[in-house]
Amino acid sequence: MESWEIIRSVPYILGGGLYTILLVVGALALGFAIGLPLAALEAYGPRPLAKLLGVYVWFFRGVPILVLLFLVFFGLYSSIESFILSHFGARVSFSPFSASLLALGLASSAYQSQIFRGAILSLPRGQFKAALALGFSRPGAVLYVVLPQALRLSIPGWTNEFSILLKDSAVAYVLGTMEIMARAKILATFTYRHVAYYALAGVLYFALTFLGVRLLRYISRETRIPGLGQEI
Amino acid sequence: MRTPSSPPPPGPLLNVVGVSKSLGGKLLLDRVSLSLNRGELKVLIGPSGGGKSTLLQCIHFLLAPDEGDVFLDGVSAREMGKKNIRSFRQEIGMIFQDFNLFDHLSAQNNVAIALRRVKKIPKKEALERARLELRRVGLSGKEELYPAQLSGGQKQRVSIARALAMDPKIMLLDEPTSALDPELIGEVLNVIQDLSEGGMTMLMVTHQVGFASHLTEEILFMENGRITESGPPALLLGEASRSRTYEFCSKFMEISGRDPAAARPSSK
Ligand SMILES: Nc1ncnc2c1ncn2[C@@H]1O[C@H](COP(=O)(O)OP(=O)(O)O)[C@@H](O)[C@H]1O
Ligand SMILES: [Mg+2]
Repeated sequence: MESWEIIRSVPYILGGGLYTILLVVGALALGFAIGLPLAALEAYGPRPLAKLLGVYVWFFRGVPILVLLFLVFFGLYSSIESFILSHFGARVSFSPFSASLLALGLASSAYQSQIFRGAILSLPRGQFKAALALGFSRPGAVLYVVLPQALRLSIPGWTNEFSILLKDSAVAYVLGTMEIMARAKILATFTYRHVAYYALAGVLYFALTFLGVRLLRYISRETRIPGLGQEI
Repeated sequence: MRTPSSPPPPGPLLNVVGVSKSLGGKLLLDRVSLSLNRGELKVLIGPSGGGKSTLLQCIHFLLAPDEGDVFLDGVSAREMGKKNIRSFRQEIGMIFQDFNLFDHLSAQNNVAIALRRVKKIPKKEALERARLELRRVGLSGKEELYPAQLSGGQKQRVSIARALAMDPKIMLLDEPTSALDPELIGEVLNVIQDLSEGGMTMLMVTHQVGFASHLTEEILFMENGRITESGPPALLLGEASRSRTYEFCSKFMEISGRDPAAARPSSK
């Protein structure tokens, strides 16, 4: 009877998996969109800017993800909401889900920038110079010569970042985003079957990690440069 | 820039005038001047650390000289300004000691990428041009191979094809065979010889004294950031000249056991 209850709750938790996936994919994308230009500027941009970006990275690496989440939701969001209210008279409220996505994405941007930066710096600088010699602009040389190689080199580090972010995404439950962890907690609280539901959540996280890592390995294999060693 | 129909301006194709460069508080180039006429090949020789690579990069304005200027076909690099310097660079082909091929691209795409992304030539045309340039350096059939799948000599020939595809007016070669195994040097030198005989203007840093003296009218000897000696090989490399050039080059020749002026590139 009780195990039937657990099986019946599987679709409910799986639904949470959908939120988790959205959260992780969104945060990875945001982190990529910020982290990649950041890394390129840190490695090939003007010095003073590179210094400034270093501060950004240190901040987001140094603050726990939970603190960041609260800062975004209670700090950033409420000030934007009250700003809009006082200037435009409109009452808006941003969702906790978007706060989680933003906090995770910002944190990930700092980590991803370091992954990309390491990859960019590991490339021989001569190729960059050769591109300039052919008449490429600096951004052009970064875009067409440096990044395609740096991205390939980044896949192992990026795979790691994915699996960490996936597990970090569990903090989103504190704001009430109905992802895996939040749903497991609700079920556990109502049924007192803590071990069963948290174990179920754990299995789900494991499965998502497994699938994601396999996908990234596949991408790594498919984009491998002929003649060079396999990266993973 | 000139239009193709107008006659070339008189005077040398490349004119380097009083170029100086300091880096890290050290004077690397000290008022270097040289000039090359159309179709001429000049050879730059000298001890390591003498400033040869720095000079080539200054000619190219990859490193902006502190003083002096570079004129290509009468056009001043300095007056091009930061924006237009890229079109100046396109007219100068640069060959590096360690090839600097783009590792993620096939031989054909290594040659085509600048045509596509810098000259904005459509993909199909760019690839076709790349195929022709690869054929010109004897690499037909290797289009699909990646740099990691090529020998050193093949890599250097791809890099020459890559430079040629941009239709440069002049080529600067920085020790193009120094990173090669001895048995691969000949294939690259042959390509360079063909180019020179085909009328390409070239300034080449090399320690292949025998090859150089066979092809060049003038050797420039560079030491401590200055061109200290220059002249035809027969003169500079003759034992009687008592030149620094002879002294320097004879060290190489002792190793290979050959007379500096006698060695020739392998004939095909
Ligand atoms: N960025 C730099 N800062 C300071 N010194 C440099 C730099 N690049 C090269 N040098 C120095 O410039 C000198 C000339 O180097 P280079 O032009 O490479 O000589 P060559 O090509 O004749 O061997 C060397 O002593 C080298 O150490
Ligand atoms: Mg050098």
